[in-house]
Parts: sequence; structure tokens; C-alpha cells
Amino acid sequence: MYSDLVMDHFRNPRNVGTIEDADGVGNVGNPVCGDVMQMMIKVKENRIEDIKFQTMGCGAAIATSSISTEMVMGKTLDEARELSNKAVAEALGGLPPAKMHCSNLAADAIHLALDDYKSKHKN
Amino acid sequence: MNNLVYLDHAATTPVHPRVLEEMLPYFTEHYGNPSSVYSLAQETRGAVEGARQGVADVVGASPRDIVFTSGGTESDNAAIRGVVWALRKHGDHIVTSAVEHHAIIDTCHQLEKLGFKLTVVPVDSYGMVRVEDVEKAITDKTVLVTIMMANNEMGTIQPIADIGALLKEMSKGKPRKVLFHTDAVQAAGALDIKVNKLGVDFLSLSAHKYYGPKGTGVLYIRRGVNFLPPQSGGGQERNRRAGTENVPGIVGCAAALKLADEKREAYLKHCVPLRDRLIQGVLSIGEGVHLTGHPTDRLPNSASFYFDNIEGESILLSLDFEGVAASSGSACTSASLEPSHVLLAMGIPAEQAHGSLRLTLGWDNDEAQVDHVLGVLPGIVNRLKAMSPLVHQ
Ligand SMILES: Cc1ncc(COP(=O)(O)O)c(C=O)c1O
Ligand code: FES
Repeated sequence: MYSDLVMDHFRNPRNVGTIEDADGVGNVGNPVCGDVMQMMIKVKENRIEDIKFQTMGCGAAIATSSISTEMVMGKTLDEARELSNKAVAEALGGLPPAKMHCSNLAADAIHLALDDYKSKHKN
Repeated sequence: MNNLVYLDHAATTPVHPRVLEEMLPYFTEHYGNPSSVYSLAQETRGAVEGARQGVADVVGASPRDIVFTSGGTESDNAAIRGVVWALRKHGDHIVTSAVEHHAIIDTCHQLEKLGFKLTVVPVDSYGMVRVEDVEKAITDKTVLVTIMMANNEMGTIQPIADIGALLKEMSKGKPRKVLFHTDAVQAAGALDIKVNKLGVDFLSLSAHKYYGPKGTGVLYIRRGVNFLPPQSGGGQERNRRAGTENVPGIVGCAAALKLADEKREAYLKHCVPLRDRLIQGVLSIGEGVHLTGHPTDRLPNSASFYFDNIEGESILLSLDFEGVAASSGSACTSASLEPSHVLLAMGIPAEQAHGSLRLTLGWDNDEAQVDHVLGVLPGIVNRLKAMSPLVHQ
């Protein structure tokens, strides 16, 4: 059902966990199936210095969380905002059609974390 | 220990080698159409009628009451549709339970859309139907009650004989008895499915759940009850299920049922200790794990659970890495992306139904396999919990 890369990220997820003094936090719940995801970012000089996630969800949800943290790590905030769910799914070598909605979670959670950072650092 | 620990026998079982052996000659050697007159056909006719007798013996009926079908789904559909259309001048009301298989639920809902009335009786927190609720649901317009014998997701056994007796009692002084169908697909091989003891007018079986071939099944139809066959054509199966008989399938379906019935006691002896070991072991993983279904009135091979704050598909994928095949009622594993209606009907909230796990045993499992599962499961649960945002809030 899943590609080898999806399974690799599911088995060995990158950047799992929380950041104590996170600069931005994004929480999303998946309205389709009820899954939840949290992204925390640490920002330094307008770049994502660190990012960590926690996810309760299917294999695709965990794998998309994991790969999307890799995709934005070290990127500028503007670059990170460009991340789309399509890009996340493509980076994983595709997802089964029924699982495409799971990739929304990761991109949405990262965008929310960026929004959270922005709202806290208006100056 | 086998490489694969197959714990999904409620989904399907392998064909027993002896059953396969009995089927094989009917593919290439005895291939005659049972309806033809020459002797090649007589061979297959004999095989089909022998199979019919075999099934009749197990369910305690006459061979003429047995109809071979393409499986549980067809038998369920035929029973419901066959009754409601036959009796629609007399009534339009169907009673079923909240924990039926989709073959029943979806059929009932479709008929509801076509104008029939439907009452879905609730279940208690163990997933069991109360006989009083069935009684309350019956009206003068009720033509059919359909309630499964044992549940495929959480194993709870329903009080079918009690409901059968109730319907019989209620029919006294009435022009017509409310007909009673039971889906015994998960019960065959585990429970006594004698139709008179159960008091049922229709009973569905599916061979691939008891070590027979997929795509074959049985519908028992009590003699004299109203039934309008949903499938018409060449008049096979005494006009109740037209279509050239699936001879090898029918032979396998009956051979497997006979074998399962003969070995029923041994099956219980084999499965129950493994099931109880599994249930005890999984529950001892600690906080946040719950048994689903009835603690004792449950199928001998069924152990089902839900875990707080983790999701079922991720448990299944993790178990698969450890060589364990299992299933879940999680929204993420269903085509509809909705959690199992069975778990919701028992009052389990959607978030928790999300973390459900079903382990169903069979002949190929042993204690070492159960211990393997119990060995790997705590690590899987802890790893997924550590990843879950809900645990840390
Ligand atoms: C209780 C129950 N009824 C009906 C069915 C459908 O049977 P089949 O797969 O033979 O169509 C199943 C199997 O999934 C079942 O568990
Ligand atoms: S997160 Fe539920 S299906 Fe993927």
C-alpha cells in the first residue's frame, strides 16, 4: 500500500518530539478522519533552526509529518511557507489516493506554526 | 514458530488441505453442468446434493432448505430482500441491530430509502442486544428481524435463541409470524448453529470464514416461509438462487463446514486458552488499553481492544513489521474514513475507536505466537504514544 520511503519515515520518523521554548506552535486536527498533529518551530535569523512534530494518525500522517520537517529544516520562513501538501506527497514518492488528505495535516500544521511565530513577533 | 503470525481469522481463513483435495476433481475431471442429463453431469449433481445433505446435517435442517450462494454478503442480501419483497403487502418494517455487518446494515438502509421502515435496536456497552429492545421494536407491520449471531469486530455473541423464542411467542394468535434471520458467518465452527434450537427462519454462512473457499456460502430458508428470490434465471437451487452451480465451491463449502463442525470442541479447546492469554496479556500492558466486546460471551477466537491516544493503522503497520497480521476499526483503515459503527454503537467515542485493534485466532496459531505478539505490542504502543500529541498535553 505504501512506498518504501513512506514506510522508512513511519518506522524511523525524523524530528519527533517537542521544543521547550518553541517560537511557534501549530496544532491541527484532521476533520476527515480525526487525526491530530502538532508542529513546533525554533526560529533564528529568519530561518527554521529546529522543528519537531508529534502526530497521532495513520502511517501516511506520520510519514508526511516526518518528511515535511526535513523539507523545511534550515529554510527561511518564506521558503517554509511555500511548502504544499502536494510537494510533501511527491517527496514521499506518492501516497495512495485515499491517503492524500493526510498530507494536508503536515503542511497545515507548519503553516500554523509559522502564523503563530509571526503573531508573536510583530515588530 | 511460523514467520507470519496470522491473527486475522475473522477476515478470512486458509482453505483446509482436505477441503481443497475434495474440491479439485470438480474443476477438470467432473466438470459437467449439474442440470444436464448425461452421466458426466450426474457425477456433479450427486456432488452438489451430497454437499447439500452435509450442510443440512450441520444446521439440523432438511437438504431442500439449503441454498448455496456466493458467500455471506449474498446470503444476507437474499434473506432480507427475499423476505421484504415477498411480504410487502403484509408489512413494511424491518428490525435489525446497531452492530451488524455492512452486508446487513447497508441493505437495510437501502430498503429504507426505497420506502421500507427500519428500526435499529441499540446494544449495551458489551455490544449485546437486549431481547426487550427487540420486543419493543416489533409492530404489526414488522416482517423481518435480522440480528447476527456473533460479531465480526468484537466477538460478542447475541442471544439469538432467546430472540427466536420471543418471536415465536409473539406470533401466537397472529395471522403471520415475524420472520427471523441470523447472520451466522462468524459463528460457524465455533457455536451450535442448529436452526431449530436458535428458532431462526433464515441463516447465513460464508465458507471462507471456516477454512473453506472464498466466494461460497449458504442460506438456510425454513420450509414454507415467504421468500421472493432476488435472483432469477435457470431455476437452479429450487428456483431460489438461479445460476449454474459453483460445483467445486459448493463441495468445498460443505466439506469445510462438516470438518469445522466435527472439530468444534477441539477448536474451542485450542482457541479459548490462547484468546484468554492474549486478552490478559494485552490488558496488562497497562493504562489506556481496554477490551471491547463481552468479557465471556464472546467468540472463542476473538480478542479486541482499543488504546487511548494512538491510531489503529499505525499499530497494524508496526505489527506487520514484526510479522503479525491484524486489523482495526480505525477511521484511517476504513474506505469511508469513518470509525467502525460497531465500536460507536457500544458507546466508545470516535477518538477512542480510532485506536482499535482486533486479533482473531485460528488453528495455525500457538502459544509461542501469542507470546510473540505480547512481546512486541508494548514497545509498539509506547513508541506510538511517545509520538502522540494527545499524551503530552
Ligand atoms: C458477520 C459477517 N457477515 C457477512 C460477511 C460477508 O461475508 P462474505 O465475505 O462471504 O461476503 C462477513 C465477512 O466479512 C462477516 O463477518
Ligand atoms: S491521518 Fe487518518 S487516514 Fe491518514
